[in-house]
Amino acid sequence: MPIITYELPNGTAREVDVPIGQSVMDGAVRNNLPGVVAECGGSCSCATCHVHVVSGGDQFADVTPEERDLLDFLEGVAPSSRLSCQLIVTDACDGVRIAVADNEH
Amino acid sequence: MNSVAVIGAGHGGVAIAGMLRQRGYRERIDLYGAETNHPYHRPPLSKKFAQDPLPQWLRPQAFYAEQGIGLRLGERVTSIDPGTGAIETGGLAGRYEHIVLATGARPRRLPLPGAELSGVLHLRTVDDALALRAQVGAGQRLVVIGGGYVGLEVAIAAREQLTEVVVLEREPRVLNRVASKQLSEFVTGFHRAQGVVIREKADVVEVVGRDGRVRSVRLADGTTVPCDAVLIGVGAVPREELAVAAGLRCDAGIVVDGAARTSAARILAVGDATRRPVGRRGDMLRLESIPSANEQASQAAATILGEPARAEHEVPWFWSDQADVKIKIAGVLSGDVVSSVVRGNAEARRFSVFHLDNADTVVAVESVSAPADFMAGKSLIARRTRVDPTRLADQRTSLRDIVPAALSRANQKRAYADHHL
Repeated sequence: MPIITYELPNGTAREVDVPIGQSVMDGAVRNNLPGVVAECGGSCSCATCHVHVVSGGDQFADVTPEERDLLDFLEGVAPSSRLSCQLIVTDACDGVRIAVADNEH
Repeated sequence: MNSVAVIGAGHGGVAIAGMLRQRGYRERIDLYGAETNHPYHRPPLSKKFAQDPLPQWLRPQAFYAEQGIGLRLGERVTSIDPGTGAIETGGLAGRYEHIVLATGARPRRLPLPGAELSGVLHLRTVDDALALRAQVGAGQRLVVIGGGYVGLEVAIAAREQLTEVVVLEREPRVLNRVASKQLSEFVTGFHRAQGVVIREKADVVEVVGRDGRVRSVRLADGTTVPCDAVLIGVGAVPREELAVAAGLRCDAGIVVDGAARTSAARILAVGDATRRPVGRRGDMLRLESIPSANEQASQAAATILGEPARAEHEVPWFWSDQADVKIKIAGVLSGDVVSSVVRGNAEARRFSVFHLDNADTVVAVESVSAPADFMAGKSLIARRTRVDPTRLADQRTSLRDIVPAALSRANQKRAYADHHL
């Protein structure tokens, strides 16, 4: 299973096995990682699963217009920003590094 | 010994249990749920009840044991003791330092003759959703009593299954109390274009049946609407019984403060069961939404951990997906609203309505398949930015020119402190 590394708001990092076909958000939620709130359950509706892709971003599908619209006005948005519910893990994702934004507001 | 009992395994209950562990709470957490199902997502019950998988689990089933959360399914709490922290589920289940009530709400019943007939449904649980699933499809006729969000979501989902659907709304427009006229009008037009029949000022006085099964509903004007099933969707009533019995202050909802505290020291409450202060004025509202339940779960976690309440400004928000139309609403439509600005194109099903106060500050925004407008609106509401209504209405003016670029976190905190302290 691909290992995704999550850099957390408190400065520590967690390595997580995320099954192929699940999203980076799923990996955070199932491991109860702080910072990924995922209020809409992964339907690209809320932007509370905001992350920054530190490395390996080209392994994921490009930003869709709807994702872009949600990201553009998000506090703390940066060029590396993605909604983690849209980042679907494939077998090429081993070693991808994600920094979790603090999404609680 | 420090310990937490969470009563209710819906969105609020699962959120507080998970957040406590995220934030380093190491003591005992028990999560009580009256249903035997693992905790599940509630929004799909009205939007995707005809599709599998249903239910969709809120967390993988292994999550609770992995996080050291004692999941006690099928255990209905019958009383709580604010003095001793004892919880009973028919006998003594445990004694806890903190109790969090997350009991949610139940569908409001209508005192209609015939409401007890077979085929008359309400919607709150996954069992309800599966019963509803059995009543939709080609050749089936469904009456929905109530043009609120749940009724409309069910209506459009049932229509997608080729059901003949009639929505009966008592008020002059659907979403009468919760949406603007512009949004009501759009939603009504959209539903009708999909073949949903919507009748306004339609007051149902009787459910008529034969052989114990519903056959039609009768309206105050004497007309009848034949049907095979009826969904009653006229709102939800907070489940405050445990709180009332324990002597907690309730007012059509368990009354809590901005830190999720009830009137009893060891008892907190979150979610649809509560009434809480919202916004700068602290208006006491019962907000029925997942973002609101999550916000309160965060407040409750801070209280239990002895952390200061977060000083950041919450913007309440809510979503309703109806077929491929994605409605997102931020802020609360209050008496402060004096004008509205429409941006976008209702015919193209992509627009938003910004609601302004008398200082041209955005108080609320309703967006239809316009996520940028929604996110910009949330930012404008939080920062109380004065807007130029003409520019806001003009799609040639980019929202980026209206909403200041995001501040760095350090500057956000400074700006908030300067403004509010």
